[in-house]
Amino acid sequence: MTLQFNTETFRDDYSFHNSQRAIDRFPFPFHEDSYMYAVNMERHQGGPADSVYEKRFDVDEHYVAEMADRAKVLGDDPLRCQSLPHMTLAGWDLLELIMVSKSEEYPDLFELHRKGREWYWINKPLGIEDHFTFMDDTTLPYGPMEYITRQTQGDFCVLDQREDNLWMDAGMVTTQADWSLDFDIGMNFFEWHAPVPLAHEKGIFKRALKFLLNIQQGAPARRLNWTMTVNPLLDTSPENYHKWGIQKTTLTSENIGAKQHLRVELQTFFRLPRSNALVFPIRCYLMSFQDIVSKPKWGRRLNRVVRDLPEELASYKGFIDNRPLMLDYLSQFDDGLPTSFGVWPDEDITPTLQR
Amino acid sequence: MSTFEFPPSIRSRPVYCVLEARPGKAHLMIADAEGAEALIDLALRAPELMAKAHVIYIPKATDFGAALNALNPAQYYEGPSYSAAVSRIKRVFSDASMGLQIYLSGTEGLMGQALSEAMQAGYDHTAIQTEHRGSLARRMQCVHCKGITEDVSNDPFQCSHCGLNLFVRDHYSRRLAAFQGVCIDAEEPGNVPPSKELYS
Repeated sequence: MTLQFNTETFRDDYSFHNSQRAIDRFPFPFHEDSYMYAVNMERHQGGPADSVYEKRFDVDEHYVAEMADRAKVLGDDPLRCQSLPHMTLAGWDLLELIMVSKSEEYPDLFELHRKGREWYWINKPLGIEDHFTFMDDTTLPYGPMEYITRQTQGDFCVLDQREDNLWMDAGMVTTQADWSLDFDIGMNFFEWHAPVPLAHEKGIFKRALKFLLNIQQGAPARRLNWTMTVNPLLDTSPENYHKWGIQKTTLTSENIGAKQHLRVELQTFFRLPRSNALVFPIRCYLMSFQDIVSKPKWGRRLNRVVRDLPEELASYKGFIDNRPLMLDYLSQFDDGLPTSFGVWPDEDITPTLQR
Repeated sequence: MSTFEFPPSIRSRPVYCVLEARPGKAHLMIADAEGAEALIDLALRAPELMAKAHVIYIPKATDFGAALNALNPAQYYEGPSYSAAVSRIKRVFSDASMGLQIYLSGTEGLMGQALSEAMQAGYDHTAIQTEHRGSLARRMQCVHCKGITEDVSNDPFQCSHCGLNLFVRDHYSRRLAAFQGVCIDAEEPGNVPPSKELYS
């Protein structure tokens, strides 16, 4: 295997870390020096070599540790994975999509051997080998959605499509930016987004829904979203907010570079063939401020975005109280020079910090 | 009349209307407390409904039972609490045939729970009429321990199960028939603002 998996934790001692490769391929979400909601969709048909956009389901150095964290979350709270009764077929669709994608794109890590309905799945990084009968729930240790998403990084929302709307009728949600699957399951697209400020008024959700309803098989789409997290904590759930909320108050000017993380979600959207459901994986990438500012363009830009973000958004994303501390830190890495358009670090054309 | 105009809110929060008579083979009316007044008003406007009406009423601490019964519904039941009445409500939904009209009135907790039962029985929630009357108290789910606290009329409040101090969100789950309560002092334990009556 070419990929080395980190031994690391996303809780307690927080030994999570990004290698230089992970820093270089981090999906920095800001294409310009300011941010406002947009229906920033694009095709998810590959991307630059070794970028997080290249494969349908990116597998990176955090894979094994993230799956161990997910198992821990599910052990503590099985309600993080739920599927309404009519969603089992979509679960099989999802299992097929992931197994086929991973075995095609990472043949050294995953193998899928199919003889009719008799399937044989090998997941080398997690040491899993299972024979099962496709579409027969009794031949897997979990339901199909739970089985495959215990082996795939990112949260998964499986959305039923009916009445010109999308319904959050199944999901595996253990690395979420503060929303509850258990509460939101069964809601439609507008209802589960109800708490988001400003975007409804801008018509964002209406346009996004129109786009998503029309996603076709074989033509997946993607977008980025982002928030802020103190400590590399994957499970920033409302369920556990009374436990992790206090960590937001532990930032100091000394530890902020290492402790404060930009949390980026690579959201992708795939039409599923039998159920006509839409699967919406939400893959979380974390990077500390000190690693971000190692790229001069990203350091300059992050300072400007955080500084100029409307209060409602800073508040909704949960960092309004820490914004002054963030800006004290980030402004050291902003000399006011212009930045190039686009998300890439552009190190070949970006001047080093002028101070 | 105990009506209240709710201020505009987020998209998951239920909105209520004024009950109107709709043609149907049978009419199921479920109300609690001042919700009785909405049924009485409905019967005044459309007395012909009552001969085909089944009224399920939970008075709480009010006294509208006699007035409701005087409308001469085909069936009348008065129960001491929603949980006492719920098995009967489930039975009525499972026995119902096409053409049943459903009318819910009273507190948000009563309407929400009855609506959730109706949905589980296969009714489309948009076809069910709801009219709010009486108390503004809410049925709250603690997002942390998942326990439900009934009749919450103050914000913040203490979860009746785990004891955390929760603030009252407008985010609402039809499936759970509950609003969401979230810990208010997670980032500063013990710093709980004074509790205020909802909408005061």
